[in-house]
This record gives sequence, structure tokens and C-alpha cells, in this order.
Amino acid sequence: MDVFGSFALVLAFICAVYAFVGGIAAIVTRHPLLIKSARQSGIATCCLIFIATFSIEYLFFTDNFASAYVVSHSNRALATFYKIGALWAGQEGSLLFWSFVLAIYVFSVLVAYRNKNGELMPYVGVILAGVQIFFLTLNNFIASPFKALAVPGANGAMEFVARSDGNGLTPLLQYPEMVIHPPHLYSGYTGFTIPFAFALAALLARYPGEKWIHLTRKWTMIAWGFQTAGILLGAHWAYAVLGWGGYWGWDPVENASLLPWLTGTAFLHSVMMQEKRGMMKVWNVWLVFSTFLLCIMGTFLTRSGVVSSVHAFAQSNIGRWFVGFLVVIFLTCLVAYVKNRDYLTSENQLDSVVSRESSFLFNNLVLLVSCVAVLSGTLFPVLSEAVSGSKISVGAPFFNKVNIPLGLFLLFLTGVGPLLAWRKTSAESLKRNFAWPLILGLIGGAALFFAGMREFYALLCFSLCIFVTTTILMEFYRGAKVIRTRSGASFLTSAIELTMRNTRRYGGYIVHMGMVLIFIGLAGAAFTQNVQKEMQQGSSMQIGKYTLVLQGLDTKPEANYTGHRLIVEVFVANKPIMMLYPERREFETNGETGTMVAIYSTLREDLYVVYAGQSPAGSDLPVIHAYLNPLVKWIWFGGVIVVFGTLVALMPNRRAVLVLTGAGAKQTAGETLVRGMTPSVTIREGHD
Amino acid sequence: MKKQAKFGIGIGVIVLSMGFLGWLGYGESKTYYHTIAELQTLSGSELSHRIRVGGSVAPGSIRHLAGRVDFVLEGEGKSLPVSYLSSDPLPDTFIDKSQALVEGHATTDGRFVADVVQAKCASKYEAAPGGTAVPPSKAAMKGSM
Repeated sequence: MDVFGSFALVLAFICAVYAFVGGIAAIVTRHPLLIKSARQSGIATCCLIFIATFSIEYLFFTDNFASAYVVSHSNRALATFYKIGALWAGQEGSLLFWSFVLAIYVFSVLVAYRNKNGELMPYVGVILAGVQIFFLTLNNFIASPFKALAVPGANGAMEFVARSDGNGLTPLLQYPEMVIHPPHLYSGYTGFTIPFAFALAALLARYPGEKWIHLTRKWTMIAWGFQTAGILLGAHWAYAVLGWGGYWGWDPVENASLLPWLTGTAFLHSVMMQEKRGMMKVWNVWLVFSTFLLCIMGTFLTRSGVVSSVHAFAQSNIGRWFVGFLVVIFLTCLVAYVKNRDYLTSENQLDSVVSRESSFLFNNLVLLVSCVAVLSGTLFPVLSEAVSGSKISVGAPFFNKVNIPLGLFLLFLTGVGPLLAWRKTSAESLKRNFAWPLILGLIGGAALFFAGMREFYALLCFSLCIFVTTTILMEFYRGAKVIRTRSGASFLTSAIELTMRNTRRYGGYIVHMGMVLIFIGLAGAAFTQNVQKEMQQGSSMQIGKYTLVLQGLDTKPEANYTGHRLIVEVFVANKPIMMLYPERREFETNGETGTMVAIYSTLREDLYVVYAGQSPAGSDLPVIHAYLNPLVKWIWFGGVIVVFGTLVALMPNRRAVLVLTGAGAKQTAGETLVRGMTPSVTIREGHD
Repeated sequence: MKKQAKFGIGIGVIVLSMGFLGWLGYGESKTYYHTIAELQTLSGSELSHRIRVGGSVAPGSIRHLAGRVDFVLEGEGKSLPVSYLSSDPLPDTFIDKSQALVEGHATTDGRFVADVVQAKCASKYEAAPGGTAVPPSKAAMKGSM
């Protein structure tokens, strides 16, 4: 199967080269058969990558320890579920997985648009094939996952061998989220290839109209949704597995995932200015280009060893390939822009500081400043060495000092922006839309202050969250009220109907609501407490309102590890409320240990208990490190809401509804009957 | 005032404020990277900097003592004795031969006092093939083609 997979990858490379070269020939000659064959070749490339990926998974599932990659990342006792995740446990497999996810996107695009956008698709096909060629080059010639295990023989020549068992998967990956988180993040990273291809193709083809911008926006939203989910799943994994009590450490790899998210978010907002008013065209195109470049840059950062990271892959020369690829992409974008910049001439200018356009401009500015700060902080060791000769890194205080105020300003704009009018907002409109949110936000802030809260950023954050929540709820209330008045349906039904009539707008509000919940959770970090103590059986420790009593220890041998559990009973006001079992796992195959944190999670706070090992003082008593992390659950809940809102925003609007009543009313083409609603012709479709 | 000027002022205020905050954050958190070999040549004010050093944990060197954990980092043929003084638990990936980054201060007696220890995420570096290799004919070769 390893030869089969390897052969499929080589064929995929050949097909991708044909899709690229044949596609260029098709663009030049406009010959229909050539266009078709290039497209078919692109589809074949994807199918062959699927085959190669399934081949390596087959090697994992069948415990084929003649494969060097399987030996390095699996063993017989490894649960089948984790053999899926073993694919991306090492550099070679993760690069193949990148190609695999990209192939899913490319396949979807080539098949879905095979009879659409005829002028644009050959360009899109060529660009996608170009990106695939790069990754297939790595998969085939630089970091092949199909290498057979070989050792030097008696005569010095390499001999192929097979092992009876493998080294096993690192314990950190033996956690369910590690089978879910990387596919989401990879889907985000690779997904940004599609909007990049559409934007570059439109520029090269000077594609008329705004159709390409709708396509670009849609695919950006898909990638953005995955990236958001991937980042949050990664944060949750770090929180639940690494045992340090936090979820974000400004590590270069974490930062690398945030960078394209920031520019992608900026694009999703500024693209509305292009759709509505024909503005910001150059800015939008470069935002899409930058987002893709940052995806490649992130991959470069993790694989080159150029910055030290706890996540970084082994240092290898693969970084050079990424640098070369970055340079090629950048130059291609630059040349395409310079040659076609007149195609991106703005049709309008900003009219007023108090306008929707202005809020988008500041939204973009904040996101871009944040992106620059995170990028420069991440690359600071490289930059400082180039400038001063000293390699200096910056840590969390740098990132927090810049990004917390920026985040809060962004939160403010989240409430303000959607309610401002295009072109110019009147004073009356400002008063009507913002009086109540402002009053409630201030009352909420004052109440928290008098309740004893003194952390400035936390106070500001909670006040802004109340402000933004009120603006969002008012928007739903106003729209639903109109529908309710006409239909007589309940508020909930009316709100759902409202959302379905303009999914993009109200899906966007749901995303904003999710972000508010995330901010509430982040603000909780200001109140974290932690205690560490050596514990004898029967002894207790106190954190917040919780009393933790160590009731015992036990050892549980499992197939792949031995678990050492602490049995901790949790009391509140002398009443037992639950048992927690923080655990350390010893993996025999590689001698590593893994931590399983025990978390008692409520909306108010997380009681986070870590078995931190034996006492270093020589008593061998177990050490418990307990954290009280307020509001963390809101972050995960907010993440779910954000993803849900993104899905809603991706749904098509409910068609224009002509609502009829009466028993004999018949449904005709283009009309939909909604039971129980009184006649009304629906409000306009579209978005804001 | 022209609207372009208003936008310019708004943008300028944001960028300058963030630049100032970034500068404050830089002052608070800047850490100098040095190799173990470089560390042994530092003197004077350089030793007062916050320093980050990377290396491989010498096998058998990890010693849990009262209030601290001692170990030796190796790199470029040099070694560096390290005392880790924080109450935070060491990462699970911190074991013999693991690649570790330590942050803290160098002392004049050649030791390094660390308050942060990071061990490279083992998921992302290649495990060295270990165990006993057997010829293909004797091994379980299920599924190979």
C-alpha cells in the first residue's frame, strides 16, 4: 500500500502540472477541449491525493511497521480513533494532510463551477493547480510520508526492515480534540486558497461585475468559520491537556493561526463597502492576498525553526521552500496588481466620519494594527537580530498591552457599526439607536464597580458587552416586531423568519453575539486564582469557595498507558458537590507522561485541578495545582455561537415570500405558503 | 475640518497609541536569546538582562530538590546547569534528551536561574526510531503492498 500511495502522489503531481500548463494554454487559446481537459486533470489530481491519503491511513490501521512514518507515530496498542490523528503527528503526514484538505476544496470548486463563470474558472484552475504543485513537490520529493523503514546493513548498504511495533503517538495527541482541532485549522488555512484564487483570477482576467467578490466572500466565510473553530479548539486543547491553567500563550504557532484570521475578518467587513458602494477595491484584493500569504507564512514559521516555539517542527531545510513559494506568490500578486490596477478604481469616496463606511474603515484599521503587532512580535527575534545583531523576543505583556485595547475598541465597533447608516448618520438616528444600549452599558459598568470590581479593562469589557448585546437584541426586536405585526406569529418565530429572510445580516449579528460571549470569557482571566499544595491522603486545600480533599490514589493499567489518578472530593460550604480525578498517564512505548486535567466547569467559573506530580522535596507526596478560572465556559460557548452564525450567514436567503391566507389558496411558482401568516409582500432581500 | 483630516487624526491616534503601548510592553517583556556558549561570555550589564536559552536536557540530570528542580542543558558541546525556581509544574514533555527552552537570569557563578521552562511539543519532532528492527520476512507485514 505504501508503493500504491507513493505512486498516486507522483501521478497527482503529473496531473497538477498538466492542469497548470494545460490551463495556461487553455486561457491563451480559449480552446474548449483544452479548458475541459485542464479542469478534468485538476479533478484527477484531487482524486489521486485522496487515494494517497487513504493509503497512509490504511498503513496506520493495519499496523504496517515497515513504513518509517507509521513506526514513528503509531503502535499496536494505539486506539483506532487516534490512528486517524497520527496522520498529522509528523511533518510529512501533516503536509500530505494539507494537500488532502486543499484537494477537497479544489475538487468542490472545480465540480461546483464546471458550467459556471466560464471566463473566470480557467484562471482559478491554473492558480489552484499552481498551489497544489507546490505542496505535491513537498509531498513527493522533500518530505514523503511513504518512506520505507531502512537501516544500514552489514555491507553498509541500506536494508529495508520492518519493526514488530512502533514508537507510539505522543501523549499530547492522544486526546479527542487533537483528532478534531487540526482538521479544522487546516481547513481554515487551506480554505483561504480559494478566495485567493478567485481574487487573483478576477484581477488577471479583469472579470467584469461584482460576481467574483460574492464568490470570494462566500469562500472566505467558509475558511474563516473553520479557522475560528480551529483556533478555539486548539485553545481548548491547550487548556484541557497542557495543565498550565490557560488557553492562550502567544506562542508563535498560536500567533500564526491568528494572523490570517485577523486579515480574513477585516476582509469580510470591508468587502461590504465594495459590494454596496464600489469602494476599497484595492484594499480588498490585497487583504485576500495577504490572508493567503499569512497562511503560508504561518506554515513557514512552524516548519523552519526560524522562531522558537514549543510547537515547532524539527528544524529542517523545508523552510526555504516556503520562503521561495512566498516570494513567488507575492511577486505574482504584485505583477497582477500593477498591470491591472485601473480595474480596481474606486467608484466612491468616504462621505462622513459618522457612517457605516467609517466604522468599517476603523474596524479594518484595528484588525490590521493588531495583525502587524502580532506579526512583528512573533518575528521580533528575527527582526532584532537583523537590525541590532541581538536576538530579542517579546512575551505576553507586549501582545496583551497592544491587543487588549484594540480588542475592546473592536468590540465597541461591533455594537456601533451595524447601526450606522451608509454615507452619513443623522443625530436623530444616533440617539434612537444608541441611547438605550449606552444607558444600559453604563448602568452595568457602574453596578459592577459598586459591587467591588476594580480591574479597568474587565469593567470596560463587561460594559461594552452589555452595550453590544443591547444593540443586537434591539435589531432583532425591531425586525421581528414588524413581522409579528403582519403575521401574528410569536416573537421567536418572527425572529427566525427575520433571520432567514436576510441570513447574511442576521447571521452576522449572531456571529457578533458569539464574539460578545467570547469577550466575556476573556475578561474573566483578570480574576484567575491558583494554589499549589502537597497533599497527604485526607488533607485539604482551599481555593475560592471550594475545599478540595484528597481521598486517595489509584492506578489503572490501560492498553497503551498506565494511569495514576488522584481521587479528589470537592466541597462547598461543607457540602460535597462532586468528585474529580486528575490523572497522570505513563506511556510505556516512549517513556513519556501525559496530564489529564480534571475540570468542574460552570458558567460562573472553572475549578481546574492538575495532578502536578510528586513533591520535589523527596516526600513523594502528590502535588495538586488548582486554578479557579472565572467565565472560561463562555469562550467555548461563544465559539459555538460564532460558528453557528457563520453557517446561518452562508445559507441562502429565504426567497421573496408572498404570504397568502385562506383555505383555498394555491401555491404557485415563485411563491411560498407560510401557514398562519397574513398576506404581505416581503421586505427587500439582501444584506447590509 | 476636512473629513480626510478627521480620518487622518483618528488613524494617527490609534496607531500612535498602539505604538506607545507596544513600546511599554516591549520594555516589560524583552528577553535576549543566547546560546549556551554565548552565555558563558556575557559580563556586566548583559547578565542583568532577561535571557532565553535553548538546549537538550542532559540524560539523568533532572533532580527534584526542595523548592527547585535542577537539570543540565547541553548544546554546541557546552553545558549549562539550570535551577528552576517557579511553582508552576514542569511540562510533561520535559524529560531526558528533550529540547527545552528556559527563561530567567544568568548568575555570575555560571548557573542559570529559570522561572519559565518550555519543552518542545513532542508531537512535532520526529521520534528517533528505537526498538529492535527485524527483517521483513519475520515481521508482521500485514497490509503492505
